[in-house]
Amino acid sequence: MSQLSSDWVADAQIAPPLPAVHGTSLLRRSLKLWRTRIGLALVGFIVLVAIIGPYLAPYGPNTPVGAPNSDPSSKAVLGTDYLGQDVLSRVLYGGRSILVMAVLATALALVAGVAIGLVAAYSRNALDDTLMRGMDVLMALPSILLALVAVAIVGPHAWVIVVAIALTTTPRIARVARGAAQPIVERDFIAASEAMGVPRWRILSGELLPNTLGPLMVEASLRLTYSIALIAALAYLGLSPNPNGANWGTMINQNQLVLAVQPWGAATPIIVIALLTLGTGLIGDGIARTAAGIDRARGEE
Amino acid sequence: MSAAEPAGQTAGPAVSAVAVQDLRIATESTGTPVISEVSFEIARGEIFGVVGESGSGKTTVGLALLGHARRGLRIAGGTVQLGDRDILTLDEDQLRRLRGSLVSYVPQDPASSLNPALRIGTQLREVIEAHGNQPDSGVAERVAEMMREVALPDDRAFLKRYPHELSGGQQQRVGLAMAFANRPRLIVLDEPTTGLDVTTQAHVLSTVRELATLHDVAALYVSHDLAVVATLAERVAVMYAGRVVEIGGAEELFTSAGHPYTRRLVGAIPRLTGGRSLVGIPGHAVSPGRRPPGCSFAPRCTLRIDQCETAMPPLLPVGPGHAVRCIRAEIVLSEAQSRVGDPIDMPAADAAERLPLRLTDVVASYGQNEILHSVSLSLAAHECLALVGESGSGKTTIARAIAGLHRNWTGTIALDGTELPRAARQRSSETRRQIQYIFQNPYGSLNPRQTIGQIVGQPLRVFGTAKGREADRRIADMLERVSLTAAYARRYPDQLSGGERQRVAIARALVCDPTVLICDEVTSALDVSVQAAIVELLGSLQRDLGLSMLFITHNLPLVRSIAQRVAVLSQGNVVELGDTAQVLTDPQQPYTRQLLADTPSLETATSEAMETATSETGASEPPADLAGA
Repeated sequence: MSQLSSDWVADAQIAPPLPAVHGTSLLRRSLKLWRTRIGLALVGFIVLVAIIGPYLAPYGPNTPVGAPNSDPSSKAVLGTDYLGQDVLSRVLYGGRSILVMAVLATALALVAGVAIGLVAAYSRNALDDTLMRGMDVLMALPSILLALVAVAIVGPHAWVIVVAIALTTTPRIARVARGAAQPIVERDFIAASEAMGVPRWRILSGELLPNTLGPLMVEASLRLTYSIALIAALAYLGLSPNPNGANWGTMINQNQLVLAVQPWGAATPIIVIALLTLGTGLIGDGIARTAAGIDRARGEE
Repeated sequence: MSAAEPAGQTAGPAVSAVAVQDLRIATESTGTPVISEVSFEIARGEIFGVVGESGSGKTTVGLALLGHARRGLRIAGGTVQLGDRDILTLDEDQLRRLRGSLVSYVPQDPASSLNPALRIGTQLREVIEAHGNQPDSGVAERVAEMMREVALPDDRAFLKRYPHELSGGQQQRVGLAMAFANRPRLIVLDEPTTGLDVTTQAHVLSTVRELATLHDVAALYVSHDLAVVATLAERVAVMYAGRVVEIGGAEELFTSAGHPYTRRLVGAIPRLTGGRSLVGIPGHAVSPGRRPPGCSFAPRCTLRIDQCETAMPPLLPVGPGHAVRCIRAEIVLSEAQSRVGDPIDMPAADAAERLPLRLTDVVASYGQNEILHSVSLSLAAHECLALVGESGSGKTTIARAIAGLHRNWTGTIALDGTELPRAARQRSSETRRQIQYIFQNPYGSLNPRQTIGQIVGQPLRVFGTAKGREADRRIADMLERVSLTAAYARRYPDQLSGGERQRVAIARALVCDPTVLICDEVTSALDVSVQAAIVELLGSLQRDLGLSMLFITHNLPLVRSIAQRVAVLSQGNVVELGDTAQVLTDPQQPYTRQLLADTPSLETATSEAMETATSETGASEPPADLAGA
């Protein structure tokens, strides 16, 4: 039997590794679903329009091209608005400022929300409660109301709108960040880093953050849409940095009265915003379904 | 309960309650065989064991007896004859009626098999009512009877509890009660004691044995733990890569196995008597679809000859009721079993020289609950001290207090005579480097987002030991020391097996030359053969590097193979402390004796296996796990 007692120490390949739920792989897996693909195509298209629109626009946003409220023609494909400006050009111009403000607001909220959520999840003590109850208070205020008050007090500057929207988005991102981080905080690799004396901020940024990216990416994309809708809503209420500038929300407001005469002036920005919202909704749904499917598969092992 | 077995009389004088013939299971998509040629019979009242490593297909076979195939698999052929009908020919509706009445299942994790939102009394009633052969008035009485059968209290207060208000052992008893409720003909038990303490496990196992004997139920017991199977089953099938490689009486298999794989498995089990080195099994188990044309075990077998690799050997009888799937079975059988594993020569600890770690009157609490009551221990240089105890005894709390991860304690913990602050953060970087910790679960202790190289290199960065090329070199060296290769540095944890992950965790702990190593149940999540390899590795590293090691485990036989001294912990107190050999052969404390008696081991199993089936009638004795609830 001496042959059997060789001093090998390599061990057996045991259970096949569980599917890794990384943020990127979650997105990639969810692309197998049609809803995610359609959603991504919609969002991609509209974001693209907003970014390169001004270069494609046949006219400037404030160039009068014909009689007010004229029907679509070869000169103005979607007709003109209440001031005789080209609707298509204004739609192509109108996305950029909204998008820039929405991206800034979401980015700001992402930084603040993730920091607060991760610190709360990691602290596991009174600080956790203090931070999250504070977030609850913020969340209790309706977003639009908060933004209205801010704009009314300081004035309709772009930065005020950005900060106000970031303020209402932060607590929602913080909740998601904390929820995603909580199970990770309990895992032993965090304890291993603590035993080594890795600084707290390194644990938060190097160990905790990368493991919460998946849900955070989903949340950030949803928040971006809501921010866009909110900025459009403020503009609709007349609160935009440039009241006469091209802006989807302003356009709806300005042209709604003539909806029966020249529907395209208000309908086009409405359709664009609707498609954008639908698109992000589909992406969010697709990712959620994929995540649930992975959870189910794991549950059966 | 005669209504539950309408086919009882027609089955005639056949002794076997269940007959599995040529069972084959394949993947749904490609038809790759996963289980092939599995045949066995189980008599009424018999407990039949199926053992194998993870991925050997043992659970898949167990589920097939319920007519179930896991998602992605389908039952491709064969028969499972239960009485006069073949389970595999039944449709879903017939199967549903069959399950719970004629066949039942006890899963591995009791907590997940009970509905957390329902009181246990309600759940037990449901099982009886689902198969509707009981008048309403009798249900309550039946529930009480079931509870008594599994030695649980049958009063209303207990039945009103929710699953989370029960201990793990109690939950598994409820699972057993539900499985036996309708007096099934066949019960499949899938590692039902894996998460339980030895004492609780011993009680659950004796309950299984009693109930199977009492009600004449055929039981299939699936486990990776050979020692448990040896104490429980009369006959055992050993599975490897989806095939039965050996089948025979339990005693025969564990004393004179005919297949090299069985021998290696037996060799990997730690023994209570005599400290022998544990020998793991070389190589990797092959996954379905990549199995060689010949014997599946051939690539890992040391007795391999050319003929082994050409054709799958048939399962041939080598004795009465003993069959082996190996063309060299005669050569294997001609050798004595006991020669696997050499005795270890453990260096004596230099107690007089130096005490790197000393705990004095350590009292630790979680919130208001005192977990440790005045524990004093010391760890000598080059010594391995084992800390054994059941879950809840406080052994992990000690480890975490030493590592500075648990802060709520008083008393002193001194490293080389210097008192340590409570939290790791308050300690000096040098102290943190000297004390390293290996966690229980290798699936949780490695950051899934980092490469193995980053994980092993983390201590080098944190302690500023090495940078750049030098760090890479040390990482590569360390990976090779733990029997991995430098190429692993680029992989991610989820590409590794459990054993490989634990090696990475060991590498991370040792890369900065610590003096004290704390191993917290490092093998409890691993297969027996992998456990053997890991313990062997830890033992040799500890001796070579002159480490002081605190080895925490609930597995007493394992202690024999690694530790010079052992401390037995019970409910926050060290109840016995001494040389391993002395404590394990001549325990002074009743608690230690009880722990040893409850530990399933091959020695006791093979000498008693045949008589145990009826020896215990202990339904009246209160189970130990009641006290903890």
